[in-house]
Amino acid sequence: MSAPVWNNKVVKWVDDRLPVFSMLHHSAYEYPTPKNLSYMWNFGSLAGLVLVTMILTGIFLVMNYTPHADMAFDSVERIMRDVNYGWLIRYLHMNGASMFFIAVYIHIFRGLYYGSYKAPREVLWWIGILILLAMMATAFMGYVLPWGQMSFWGATVITNLFSAFPVIGDPLVTWLWGGFSVGNPTLNRFFSLHYLLPFVILGLVVLHVWALHTVRSNNPTGVEIKTPQDSIPFHPYYTIKDLFGMGVFLIIYLYFVFFAPNFFGEPDNYIMANPLSTPAHIVPEWYFLPFYAILRSIDFEFLGMPAKLLGVLAMFAAIIVLFVIPWLDTSKVRSSRFRPVYKWFFVVLIIDCFVLGYCGAKAPSDPFMGLHGLQVITVGQLATLYYFLHFLVVMPVVGKMERPKPLPASISESVLKGGANA
Amino acid sequence: MSQTAQSSGENPDENRRDFLTLATTAVGVVGTGMALWPFVDSMNPSKDVLALASVEVNLSNIPVGQAIKVMWRGKPVFIRHRTEREIKEAEDVALNQLVDPETDDARVKKKEWLIVVGVCTHLGCIPMGTATGEPRGDFDGWYCPCHGSHYDSSGRIRKGPAPRNLVVPTYTFLTDTSVKIG
Repeated sequence: MSAPVWNNKVVKWVDDRLPVFSMLHHSAYEYPTPKNLSYMWNFGSLAGLVLVTMILTGIFLVMNYTPHADMAFDSVERIMRDVNYGWLIRYLHMNGASMFFIAVYIHIFRGLYYGSYKAPREVLWWIGILILLAMMATAFMGYVLPWGQMSFWGATVITNLFSAFPVIGDPLVTWLWGGFSVGNPTLNRFFSLHYLLPFVILGLVVLHVWALHTVRSNNPTGVEIKTPQDSIPFHPYYTIKDLFGMGVFLIIYLYFVFFAPNFFGEPDNYIMANPLSTPAHIVPEWYFLPFYAILRSIDFEFLGMPAKLLGVLAMFAAIIVLFVIPWLDTSKVRSSRFRPVYKWFFVVLIIDCFVLGYCGAKAPSDPFMGLHGLQVITVGQLATLYYFLHFLVVMPVVGKMERPKPLPASISESVLKGGANA
Repeated sequence: MSQTAQSSGENPDENRRDFLTLATTAVGVVGTGMALWPFVDSMNPSKDVLALASVEVNLSNIPVGQAIKVMWRGKPVFIRHRTEREIKEAEDVALNQLVDPETDDARVKKKEWLIVVGVCTHLGCIPMGTATGEPRGDFDGWYCPCHGSHYDSSGRIRKGPAPRNLVVPTYTFLTDTSVKIG
């Protein structure tokens, strides 16, 4: 589209030297957006909203936080009790982490269902996974900072994962710790990196949006924009829809902040870290539970590799596999709306992830859902198996064998025929 | 000038240019690596951390059958005053029943004193069983609550996900009732 003409002289003067206004105009007003986006397309902007909230609340928390093993816990308690609105800023930050993962997980499953990872959006998808990885690292290190029991032991268990690697494992873990156990040097470096990584995420988000604006948004039909009738300008149509979504989202977010601020937390983290006593039951934050279940489900040796190493590799593989799904999925149809067989496997995948989450929260030898004779570990192993089968077998095989429903000729046609029912 | 544009591999200038490019790249890579090392190494344990490497413990007030935890290098060390039965159990196990085969003899300096680093070799939790009344697992040693590893009365892994026996730190008996760890 042609460059806009600026009537305001100041705007024009700036724009001739640094075309920020043209760029904003181009990416917000001119950006042609499919006109059939559903509410599932709200979660990207919601994740952006939480990212900004996390950075802002984080900056203000740091003004009162002391990154030292002897003082961190007390400084957080001081934020809660003495600092003006400290409780609010901390609860916004704490619950913001959970909200960030809720928004991002829905955003990812949206992408999976509608095939948003397929050509030409592979790089867009990759950057998304990098954002997820950076978020996980950030969330993990942030959780260590209050220096409670779960902070300390969570850090101990997760850093010890790296000792699973042969030869370099032990020196690597000592290097990560800066000592012979998790201690003050560990806390300091986690604090430094916890402050850095959100800005790395911000940079990745810029790349994510850049890639998005190059390949354009996918939509519920998975059919690309063909004519101008298929699209509407992003502003005001989707800015207003995103704002509405943010309103709904904030109601849920703030409900937790004000009425159940510790809902997602563990009571043990209000006990100061004690290197001599491990809590009876260590659980990670809810957003890591499915991965934790995969880690623990490998309790056997294979090909001469010890269980611990295999568990770690399986856990990392659970995310790495997402990088290659653009090629594992052999179906030419993007949207699962037109994939009568794959659709059901997708439902199984979602249930599978919830089952993994449940298994991650329980002790391995507990009965699954109170069923006698069925241990959590066994169910976790089956769920782990399906997780990998889904991507490595179901995606390539179903894509080849399935007969998709006829696609609409265009987004426009689909909308005129009633959208989802077309 | 024209000769550089036309000629191919035979031109001595071109070989020299390739050499210079390669050499510059190599020096650049090595130089970057060397510049990076101080930053990487700054994350390793510092001298003050390394200096706190040993601790002395008085054993005279640990009765038979009990154990204590002491801090060494930021982590706990278990010192157990073993009973006759515990010593016998530890010595009677056939090596082929062990995940990480080691005789009890190789793990203690005096039979009645078992000294091991109290960190589970799985993912670093502190196994239970040192304080009286805590669960000691199926083999009269320690039980790690995190992922269910059982250690025997010699601190050897017997059941569960941990790959190795509890580590025996370097220690020396200064007297019969005093030991220096580290």
